[in-house]
Amino acid sequence: MSKETDNFLENILLFSRMLRQAGIPVSLEQSIDFARALTLVKIGDRDQVYHAARSLLVTRHEHLRLFETIFNRFWRAHPENGPVAGKKATNARRPSGQRRIDIATYMAARAREADQPVDIPDRSETYSPAERLRRREFSEMTPEELEKVKRLIREMQWQVSLRQTRRRIPDSRGSIIHLRRMMRSATKYGGVPLDLAWQSRKIKQRPFVLIADVSGSMEKYARLMLQFFYSVSHSLNRVECFVFGTRLTRITPALKLKNIDRAVDEAAREVVDWSGGTRIGESLRRFNREWSRRVVRRGAIVLVVSDGWERGDVDLLRREMRYLHHRCHRLIWLNPLLGKDTYQPRVEGMSAALPFVDDFLPVHNLQSLQALSEHLASLGKHRSPQPTTGT
Amino acid sequence: MLDSVEATTALLAEHQYIADVGLSTSLFLALKMEKAIFLEGEPGVGKTEVGKVLSRAFDTPLIRLQCYEGLDISQAVYEWNYPRQLLEIQARQFGGGAGEQQDGDGVTDDIFSKKFLLKRPLLQAIDHSHKQAPVLLIDELDRADEEFESFLLEMLSDFQITIPEVGTLEAEHRPIVVITSNRTREIHDALKRRCVYCWIDYPSHQKEVEIVRLKVPEVSVQLADQIVGFIQAVREQDLYKPPGVAETLDWARALGHLHINSLNTAVVNATLGIILKYQDDVNVLRGKTADELVARVAAG
Repeated sequence: MSKETDNFLENILLFSRMLRQAGIPVSLEQSIDFARALTLVKIGDRDQVYHAARSLLVTRHEHLRLFETIFNRFWRAHPENGPVAGKKATNARRPSGQRRIDIATYMAARAREADQPVDIPDRSETYSPAERLRRREFSEMTPEELEKVKRLIREMQWQVSLRQTRRRIPDSRGSIIHLRRMMRSATKYGGVPLDLAWQSRKIKQRPFVLIADVSGSMEKYARLMLQFFYSVSHSLNRVECFVFGTRLTRITPALKLKNIDRAVDEAAREVVDWSGGTRIGESLRRFNREWSRRVVRRGAIVLVVSDGWERGDVDLLRREMRYLHHRCHRLIWLNPLLGKDTYQPRVEGMSAALPFVDDFLPVHNLQSLQALSEHLASLGKHRSPQPTTGT
Repeated sequence: MLDSVEATTALLAEHQYIADVGLSTSLFLALKMEKAIFLEGEPGVGKTEVGKVLSRAFDTPLIRLQCYEGLDISQAVYEWNYPRQLLEIQARQFGGGAGEQQDGDGVTDDIFSKKFLLKRPLLQAIDHSHKQAPVLLIDELDRADEEFESFLLEMLSDFQITIPEVGTLEAEHRPIVVITSNRTREIHDALKRRCVYCWIDYPSHQKEVEIVRLKVPEVSVQLADQIVGFIQAVREQDLYKPPGVAETLDWARALGHLHINSLNTAVVNATLGIILKYQDDVNVLRGKTADELVARVAAG
C-alpha cells in the first residue's frame, strides 16, 4: 500500500473516531463503505464528499447538525493530508428545524458506556420506614425521609395497560383461522383439514409519555418526579419523558443511564429553566408540534404532572389540551395539590385543562403513587366517558 | 449505467424530478454500491416519487410495498392460494379417472408447489422473470412494526427468501431498493446502517419554482414565484402540519383551474384548505397573517 493511501485511510479512520467521540455511532463497516464511496465520487468536490460522508456515516436526523460541525472542523484542520482541499463549506446544506444540538445527550450516551453497574441497595431496612412514609406529604418531608422515599420510588414496579396490535400470532385459543398451518396439517390427512389451527392478535404494552412541570410552584416535587420518571422508564418499554417550565425539554435519553443519581442529575442539567415561571400551554404546544406525531402513537397513554398554575395564555392551554386529548388513548393529569382536602381546581389553567383529562389524580405522597400504579395497570380497553377523579 | 453524481441529477431531471446534490449523491452511491437508499423527511417532499422516477428512468418494473402495522410474511412475501389448493384436492379426490389409483399421498402431491404460490411484493422483487433489476419501493416503513423491520433487515442483507416447501429463492438481479419513512418513529439503526441514508429537506425557493414550472406548466413564471414565496413563508409559521411540495403542486394546479394570474387575499382565503389540513392551522393563517404574507410575496 502506498504512503498516500495509508494517509487517506488514516484520515477516514480518524474522522470516524471523531464522530464516535461526539456521540455519533459509526461502525467500522460504515467507515469502509465511506472509503469505497470516495473512490466513486469526485474527491475534489467538497459537496459530493460531504454528502457521501453524510449519507453513509449518519443514520439519524438529529445527528445531522453535529455531523456538519465535525465535518467542517475536520477537513479544515487537516487541509494538507485530507482528501479535500480546505475550501469553505459554503454549499454544505444545513438541515432545517430549530432543534438545538443536544451535546448533553451525547455526553449522556458516552457516560452510559463508562457507567458501572449499580449496587442493589439493601432492602432490609427500608421496609419498616416505608409504612410510615407512605402517607406523609412529599412537601413536608425532611431530607432524610426524601432520601428514603427516593429509594422506594426507584424500586416500584410499573405496569401499563395493554393493547391488541394488528399483528397476528399463532395461538391455540385464538379466534381467527390460521390457514397456512391448517393446510400444512391437512396434507397429512389426504387433504382433509381435520386439525384447525388458530391465531390471535398480538398484545403489546401501550406507549407511555410522561410530561412533568418543574416550574417554581412545583419545585418541591420536581426532583421526586424525576425519580418517578426514572423508575417508570426502567421498568417499561416505550416510555418517553419530558419536562417543562417555560420551555419543553426531552429527557428520555438522560433517564436511560443506569445509575439513578447520575440519570437524574443528567436530566436535571438538561433543564434550562428550573423553578422559573410556568407556561403550560406554550410547552404543550411545542410538544404537540415537535413530538406528538412521533411519540403519541399506537394508543399511547399520556401523563401530565402539574399544579395547573398557568401564567401564560389559558386559551392556548385549552386548545393544546384538546389536540392532545384527541390523539392519545388516555390523558392522565397528576396534581400534587389534589391531595389537600380543601383543594378545588379553581386555578384558571387547571379548569381550562380539566374537560380534556380522562383521569385527574393526586400525587402528594407515596400512597398516591402506588394508587397510580394500580390504576395504570387496570385501565380498560376503551376510554370512559366520565373522567375519574381521585382524592 | 450512471458514472457520476452529475449524470444522476441529469437522469432524474430528464424524468421530471429535480434533485439537489445531496439526494443525487446518495442515490448515485446507493446504485453504485448496491445498497438500499433510505429516504427520510417531512411528508410531501417527494420521497415516494424517487422510487417511481427510478423505475421510469431505468425502464424497469416498480414493485411497491405499502407498510402498515401488523404487516407480515403472508402479505409482504408470499402466501399459498388456499381456495385453489382445496379445490385441487377435491378435484383429485372425486375427479380422478377410472383405474387411476388415488391414495392419500397422491391427493396432496405438489399442493405446495409454485403453482399455488401467491407472490407478494418482496418475493416479486427477487423473482427471476425480470430481465433487469426492478425497483422495490418500501413505502412508509415507520408505519410497520419492529417485527417487520427485523425481517427486512435479513432480506436486505442477502436478497434471498426461503420457503420451506419450495426451497431458497435468490435474486438474479438485485432489486434497487428505495425505503421511505415519515419519521413517526425511529427506525432501528441496524437497518439504516445497511442503507444509504438521505434526509430530504424542503427545496430552496429557486428549486421549488423549477419544480412547479416543470409539473404545472400552465402556471406563469410570475405566479409560480408567488406561490412558492407564499408557501415557503407559510412553512415558517407555527403550524401542526406545514405544507409539503405535494401541497405546493396541488395548490398551483388549483389556481390554474381558477385562472388566477396573481395571488391576492381573497383567493388565498378561499383555497387555504388545499395547503393546510388542520382547522387550527387554517385559523392561524386566515385573516391578518395571510394578508401580511400576500403583501410580502407581492413586494417580492
